[in-house]
Amino acid sequence: MATVRLKDIRKRYGATEVIKGIDLEIEDGEFVVFVGPSGCGKSTLLRMIAGLETISDGTLEIGGRVVNEVQPKERGIAMVFQSYAIFPHMTVRENIGFGLTVAKAPKAEKEAAIQEAARILQMEHLLDRRPSQLSGGQRQRVAIGRAITRKPEVFLFDEPLSNLDAALRMDMRMEIGRLHKELKTTMIYVTHDQVEAMTLADKIVVLKDGEVQQVGAPMDLYHNPANLFVAKFLGAPSMNLIEVEVAEARAGAAVVKNPALDPIELPCQIDGLRAGEKLTLGLRPQYLHPSLDPSEGKLHGKVKLTERLGSETVVDLELTDGSPLIAALSEDAVFERGREVSLTFRPEQTHLFKGAPDQT
Amino acid sequence: MSRSRLTQSNRTGWTMALPGFGLIAVFIILPFLFAFGLSFTNQRLISPNPTEWVGFDNYRQLMGVGVLTLEPERDDAGAVIRDEDGAIEYPRLRGFTRGNPDYAHLDGMREWTSWQWGEDRVVLLARDVVFMKAVVNTLTFVAVVAPVQAGLALVLALLINQRLRGINVFRTIYFMPVVVSIVVVSLLWRFIYDGNDGLLNNLLSAITFGAFEPVDWLGNPDTALPAIMAMSIWQAVGFHMVIWLAGLQTISPTLYEAAEIEGTSRWQTFRYVTWPGLRNTAVLILIVITMQAFALFAQIDVMTGGGPLDSTQTIVFQAVERGYGKQDISGGSTISVLLFLLVLTISLIQRYLTRERN
Repeated sequence: MATVRLKDIRKRYGATEVIKGIDLEIEDGEFVVFVGPSGCGKSTLLRMIAGLETISDGTLEIGGRVVNEVQPKERGIAMVFQSYAIFPHMTVRENIGFGLTVAKAPKAEKEAAIQEAARILQMEHLLDRRPSQLSGGQRQRVAIGRAITRKPEVFLFDEPLSNLDAALRMDMRMEIGRLHKELKTTMIYVTHDQVEAMTLADKIVVLKDGEVQQVGAPMDLYHNPANLFVAKFLGAPSMNLIEVEVAEARAGAAVVKNPALDPIELPCQIDGLRAGEKLTLGLRPQYLHPSLDPSEGKLHGKVKLTERLGSETVVDLELTDGSPLIAALSEDAVFERGREVSLTFRPEQTHLFKGAPDQT
Repeated sequence: MSRSRLTQSNRTGWTMALPGFGLIAVFIILPFLFAFGLSFTNQRLISPNPTEWVGFDNYRQLMGVGVLTLEPERDDAGAVIRDEDGAIEYPRLRGFTRGNPDYAHLDGMREWTSWQWGEDRVVLLARDVVFMKAVVNTLTFVAVVAPVQAGLALVLALLINQRLRGINVFRTIYFMPVVVSIVVVSLLWRFIYDGNDGLLNNLLSAITFGAFEPVDWLGNPDTALPAIMAMSIWQAVGFHMVIWLAGLQTISPTLYEAAEIEGTSRWQTFRYVTWPGLRNTAVLILIVITMQAFALFAQIDVMTGGGPLDSTQTIVFQAVERGYGKQDISGGSTISVLLFLLVLTISLIQRYLTRERN
């Protein structure tokens, strides 16, 4: 069990800086998810914590100890890789006990550790199989088992579910969540999948181009995104971003409009707004309510496509100014193609961001 | 998908395969069958006499071996007779191997080697001593070259398989001898091994400040075969290094990272990650080296011609020597067939020993 502290961590390859100074505190027993699009540096950051990549600048502390120059095995970490990285010529038992084999631990101790890991992962019956006889999910479980026997202070997961199919992914996601509850160890988990981030994390770290965009609890990030990137990255379908013009700035609020949007007063925390300035209005698809009565709503458009999923209906709209919009209804509803609709939403469920949408 | 008649037609397929297949048939399959057939005859390369079917005579001639225990000559009192130097005197070998009806099975054989057994002398006889020496030399060559060359190539591959500046220079250097013709290499090494003013002798005497006595490496029966082994290993090690390298690069880097996190030492990394990942490569390399080593010919032909005192005779060299040098094409064919059977047996054994155990 340990805290992990990153102070101004940087990674440079020659002149290119890929991690641009990251400060982060991870509490003991916390489940932290690094999330971001590919190439944002999340895996590199994790590998730096693991000790597989050198740290160009800054300090990394695990359990209060600076470990910048410490070998991976001395850092008290265990890592689970996307490609499982289990040894194909060893049985499940040998794979799980590998760390102890390497450390030349006594046989009885090794066997006990293997049994314990197998029990936690419910795979006692697989111990004598070889990796080639296992499914993807089982292989990943072996990799997790190998991590467990190390009794690490910090678990590192590098996109562990990306090689699994959708159904297995959900099972394993729950399994990892359960594991965290059982072991109560600090876990750092890298993914590009926002569903994994939202469901597993105590704390999400959103990364982009080697910089932290926002850190916080999943719902915090969902309801109060710090910037356009975070707003767009979390939530599915992703947030609608509409360019609007300020009609009037008021204290803590602004009246905005655009050709498809009737002027409306929305809460706004941006200082120094002037009339005529361009802003981006963020609307979550789930918070939009289409209505066939044009006088009811503030936004106006036409139905282009409806996707009925049973529990949810996703309506693809074209606003009167030609921009696209997606609304998600939590019920099964029928909207004919080409129908004029107006949409209502609650002012407190909107987000206003500086600048036009395409600046993300 | 357009399935034209061209890709459907059987005749077209055979027509396309014909040039390649024909060449293989004429230059490999046919000679192979010919060798089998000729080995049962007394065919000579050019001869006025008609060819006769001789059955297994050629094989008997080549492989005939016998053991003879010679008892010391004794005087009337039964004491062992010794010569002036005190060495025990034995009856003449010829008395047994030349027209002695009691020892008909040894008729025509010659001494291959002999050793002392108490007061007796045990003589190993062979109908064809040169061939037997060739077999032993070839097996020795294989037994030394296969493991040493494979091991050395692996070490080089491990050294080369690093991301260092200028590593390609080393790759090129190690691979260079492979590109040079073996005949050229053999000629060059003849100068290196030269007994009077060879590079090796000069080098050794320079290192030892003149204490080293020059050796005629290729002219001495004790050093000739080892010298050829050393050169052969050096010449082809680069080729096998490249194969090892290809095998090394198929091992997933993540496995190394996983091992690093588990804290494996360098030796443990090799033992648990690298070596298991090289299994198939190892089988391939072992079989290739073994077959190449059995085919040892060019080095012998250029460097020693089988000498001195038949110390560098090899099976293939004998086959060529007999078939074309002595125009005894049936004898050469017989040797070829025996070599084929030998290599086949060893390859099968190797495959069995290195089979996948699951």
